[in-house]
Amino acid sequence: MKRLSSTHARPLSPNIQIYRPQLTSVLSIANRISGVALGLCAIALVVWLAAAANGPETYSRYQKILGSWPGQILLLAATFSFFLHLSGGIRHLVWDTVRGFELREIYISGWIVIIISILLTFATWLLSQMIGKGV
Amino acid sequence: MKTDAFIIASSDQVPRRTLFKRFPIPRNFGVSSSSRIERGKTWPAATSLTRVKTFEIYRYDPDSNRNPRLDRFEVDLDTCGPMVLDALIWIKNHVDPTLTFRRSCREGVCGSCAMNIDGGNWLACTRFIEETQAPARIYPLANMKIIKDLVPDLTHVLAQYEMIEPWLQTKTPAPERERLQTPEDRAALDGYYECILCFCCTSGCPSHWWNGDRFLGPAALLQAWRWLTDSRDEATGERLDNLEDPFRLYRCHTILNCTRTCPKGLNPGKAIAEIKKVIAERQS
Repeated sequence: MKRLSSTHARPLSPNIQIYRPQLTSVLSIANRISGVALGLCAIALVVWLAAAANGPETYSRYQKILGSWPGQILLLAATFSFFLHLSGGIRHLVWDTVRGFELREIYISGWIVIIISILLTFATWLLSQMIGKGV
Repeated sequence: MKTDAFIIASSDQVPRRTLFKRFPIPRNFGVSSSSRIERGKTWPAATSLTRVKTFEIYRYDPDSNRNPRLDRFEVDLDTCGPMVLDALIWIKNHVDPTLTFRRSCREGVCGSCAMNIDGGNWLACTRFIEETQAPARIYPLANMKIIKDLVPDLTHVLAQYEMIEPWLQTKTPAPERERLQTPEDRAALDGYYECILCFCCTSGCPSHWWNGDRFLGPAALLQAWRWLTDSRDEATGERLDNLEDPFRLYRCHTILNCTRTCPKGLNPGKAIAEIKKVIAERQS
């Protein structure tokens, strides 16, 4: 008698491996990643405060790390994460009131979150540069 | 409808450009060994053809004891109808009669031919071939157990639909005639009752990919709201009790891939937000 079916387990069709990235899903995962990044930043902030409490030598060593190229890039990423998570969070609060759910509005608010985050990151850095130079 | 616009205003718009065609992760990221897709067969095309379109199609033969594979087919556009479903039927008629897929109405009202076309879930019968990439990539609905080729096993998602008890429930004695609705009450169902249960949304929801065993998914939750908002239904409290659960309802993180992909232009994301709001209001 011919065997009707194989012993092969039914495969699961691919999901994230093939699904096209869209503004909807990309901003959702970006919100999560920035949230995790901010959690790590909170630890870094505590370390920074501890370093300051420990005395000028430890503090200046920490500041040196932050002032280096990798440190500056991390700080920039942290600033962007902060504003992305903040504006993304506000977008979610608006959604919780069942507003802004038309597809057009979803895309407009999504791009606004991205543009605002970039602008605020630049503004923050410009301001910190100006303060740093004592203007 | 193809578009270069940054703002997608309607779910039928196909983006022409995206930075990434897929997420930058390994092809076999988290894929079990039996689900890995192998290199398939390139079916030879007739040499005399002038307008040819290549299709890459997911194949799985349950009788072969082998993994799924990706086959390449050449379709003659001069003898093929305009839709992706026409191309699949053309392949079945002219190249490989074993190509298996569900289809019925061929006009977007039955929901049978839902599949993943160029990385987005849609109905094969309402997607124009000329809207697809070269080659067009056809997979079954994402994150489903596959019975054969493009035929997913919908048992689980249909069971989840059943869980929201999609029928009118009343406690008051049956009236002499129909339970009447004002035109306004009836209008509250617009945008929700039209669902054809193609499961494009549930299959496109990342939250359902990771927690589909306990999260009901957008299709079932859209239907849950359809009955919650029905003025004739009298089981609102029980329905909300049934949904108020960290997984069943609250695994929705408002990603909104559902609203982006609905072939009927419905808004599961909004329906779920309505449910969350009603639950929040009854707690206060």
